[in-house]
Amino acid sequence: MIRSLILSIAVRILLPLLLLFSLFLLLRGHNEPGGGFVGGLVAASGFALYALAHGASTAQLKMHIEPHTLVAVGLLTAVGSGLFSLVTGRPFMTGLWYGQRLPVIGKAGTPLLFDTGVFLVVMGMALLIVFSLMEE
Amino acid sequence: MSGGEAIGLCYPWVPSLGVTLSFYLDGLSLLFALLICGIGALVLIYSSGYLKGHRHLGRFYAFILLFMASMLGTVLADNLLTLFVFWELTSFSSYLLIGFEHGREASRKAALQALLVTGAGGLALLAGFLMLGRIGGSLELSVLLGQGELIRAHLLYLPVLILVLAGAFTKSAQFPFHFWLPSAMEAPTPVSAYLHSATMVKAGVYLLARLSPVLGGTEAWHCLLTVTGGITMLTGAVLAVVQTDLKRILAYSTVSALGTLTLLLGLGTTQAVKAAAVYLLVHALYKGALFLIAGAVDHATGTRNVAELGGLGRAMPIVAAAAALAALSMAGLPPLLGFIAKELVYEAKLQAPQAAWLIAAAGVLANILAVALAAMVSLGPFFGTKKQTLSEPHEVAPTIWLGPVVLAGLGLLMGLFPALLDRPLIAPLVSAVRAEPTVVELALWHGVNPVLLLSLCTVLAGVAVYAGRPGLYRAAGRCRTLAGWGPASWYDLALAGMLRSAQLQTRILQSGYLRYYLMTVLGAAFLLVFYTLVAKSGFRGMTGGAEALFHEWVIAVMILVAALFAVSARSRLASVAALGVVGYGVALVYILFGAPDLAMTQFCVETLSIILFVLVLYRLPRFTTLSGGRARSRDILVALANGGIMTTLVLTATSEPVQSRIGRFFAQNALVQAHGHNVVNVILVDFRGLDTLGEITVLAVASLGVYMLLKGRAGKEDK
Repeated sequence: MIRSLILSIAVRILLPLLLLFSLFLLLRGHNEPGGGFVGGLVAASGFALYALAHGASTAQLKMHIEPHTLVAVGLLTAVGSGLFSLVTGRPFMTGLWYGQRLPVIGKAGTPLLFDTGVFLVVMGMALLIVFSLMEE
Repeated sequence: MSGGEAIGLCYPWVPSLGVTLSFYLDGLSLLFALLICGIGALVLIYSSGYLKGHRHLGRFYAFILLFMASMLGTVLADNLLTLFVFWELTSFSSYLLIGFEHGREASRKAALQALLVTGAGGLALLAGFLMLGRIGGSLELSVLLGQGELIRAHLLYLPVLILVLAGAFTKSAQFPFHFWLPSAMEAPTPVSAYLHSATMVKAGVYLLARLSPVLGGTEAWHCLLTVTGGITMLTGAVLAVVQTDLKRILAYSTVSALGTLTLLLGLGTTQAVKAAAVYLLVHALYKGALFLIAGAVDHATGTRNVAELGGLGRAMPIVAAAAALAALSMAGLPPLLGFIAKELVYEAKLQAPQAAWLIAAAGVLANILAVALAAMVSLGPFFGTKKQTLSEPHEVAPTIWLGPVVLAGLGLLMGLFPALLDRPLIAPLVSAVRAEPTVVELALWHGVNPVLLLSLCTVLAGVAVYAGRPGLYRAAGRCRTLAGWGPASWYDLALAGMLRSAQLQTRILQSGYLRYYLMTVLGAAFLLVFYTLVAKSGFRGMTGGAEALFHEWVIAVMILVAALFAVSARSRLASVAALGVVGYGVALVYILFGAPDLAMTQFCVETLSIILFVLVLYRLPRFTTLSGGRARSRDILVALANGGIMTTLVLTATSEPVQSRIGRFFAQNALVQAHGHNVVNVILVDFRGLDTLGEITVLAVASLGVYMLLKGRAGKEDK
């Protein structure tokens, strides 16, 4: 934990911005540079910054969800996204797309869901390590 | 079925590997399937009484039903690989059942022993099956059965035969692998009755019978099977006589019976196969019954030592009657089915194509001992003077006596009316094994002939051996030291040797120092890449000149300076910061050469890893130089070698124009098929999504590993 007024004030503004940016990266990933992996890293660095300013336990409280839960949910999401195609009789992980464009998200389909899974796993993994190193 | 036809059933399973879930029911499978289901049902009823109130009864049922299904699969499978899977499943469920009382060390040890011995044989069997499939061009038994001549003439016939026999012999407890079967008596009695006498140990015999039209009839087959079977038959019988525990007596006599079956299949004549078929059935009936009776005696009196048992017949009349019937069948006395079986076995041995007298003499010896054994397990405990036991003997519940009574009664019924048996069951079996239609007529009375005289002598000699038991036990006591050199000790030696070599490897490879692990990994990578480069393509230097723009030079110089600073810095923090600069420099290179995705990820990874480094460094003691000059020059050497080899690799790889169709495919199809403009991301989440799934799984597992390591350390410090 670093006692710095500048950092703790800046983090308050930076955290939402970084999270928003990470979602932005996730959603645009299919067509422009970005994607779930880098999005997850950005989100993780947002909370890591918060943890540097306010301590790991505060950051953990702020997150409302434990990092290892994130890892598990992410992995389930990724696997689950591949199961949709099984229902329609196609091989595991065949990409399925919703025809219309949705507001904000754009084109929606199982690959996006899969990328969300990657996002969650990467974010959870990075934070799991950062928090457990800091907590000690 | 009795007409000799076969029923097939087939579902595709792994079509790309030629594995089908196919089943094949003919005369041979039918008898086995009937035994498995019939005795299985009786054993389940028996268990409900025998293990009444046991806290893991549900688990027991699950295991034994698992076994039943796998055993049925084994004898019904048509595809060799399907057969193998079921075969291994029987070993596996046998492991669970032997180790059922897992609180006892002896149970666990016996379970592991059985698993290792049969598992090792199973591996040999798999290799044999695969070679067989390659030679015969199909993995389906029904196809292979018609290709015996082609396979027997093949160059690889002998290796295939030896591998398959290794599997069958370990499973059916043939010498020198017989030792696991008596150890397996640690299992609850219903398991011993079902797996280790009536069904599972016969899987090897089944396999031999099943494959005898394919592999049988050669000199090698004949020789290996008769010699092994003969030795097993005698070893089992001799070792059985000197035991005092009811279950161990029965176990060794099962070994002897399995040896007899192998011997008969090795002879391979129609007469021998017929004898094997009847003997197989009768053995399952009487041995299953006797095991269940041994369990009932144990249940009622609290001991299984034959020296402590006597005169139980008065207290347990029903069980005693069943025991008498089963023992008479075992001793081969008329009018039981055992008599018919023994006559057939003698006849087959006397008509053996080679060394008939030797084989017959061995058979007579084994049978004499079998008569004595039958007396030991029935006459001794149930008749004669009553002895004091731990708990007062009492008649057991109907669920417990039902099984023995039915099995022993069947032996009597079929002995009196062999016509129930010959045409519907035995004839189709013999036809299937001999691969030609065969007529079988069984009869109880054959008239006075040499075989009958032989039987008579056998019984008389057996009674004499029984009477002379005390002498035998004394002799056994003197030979005890010899037993220390038996195959069981070879197993112990092999196991200990394996553990020692594992320890040795661990001492060398798992030093516990990060620097040695790193050095091992880097050294291995260096050697592999070096070898591949030299062997496959040769070194190639730069093809074009070093034309670079000014800002590219700046980045390159920056990376170099940062790297040099990182290795020479006197503080860890400075070193880590310099490493960060190297990473950012590489990310800049990515941007310049059009890989924004990579660059973005690289920036994030660098940032986070510096945070992690700082968090770790925070805890470390002050930086001091501990390593001497030699260690440092060794590290420099390793680092330079790896850096050099990577540079050479990259230069060699880029010296040729890339001729990859896959890149073009991805570029063309990303939008059309996967609706994405960003090819990199489309590859990650769609075309190669499965790889990514694997990678994030590794990430998740690794992070949990780190978490546990840190938490575990914290926990220790707390204490």
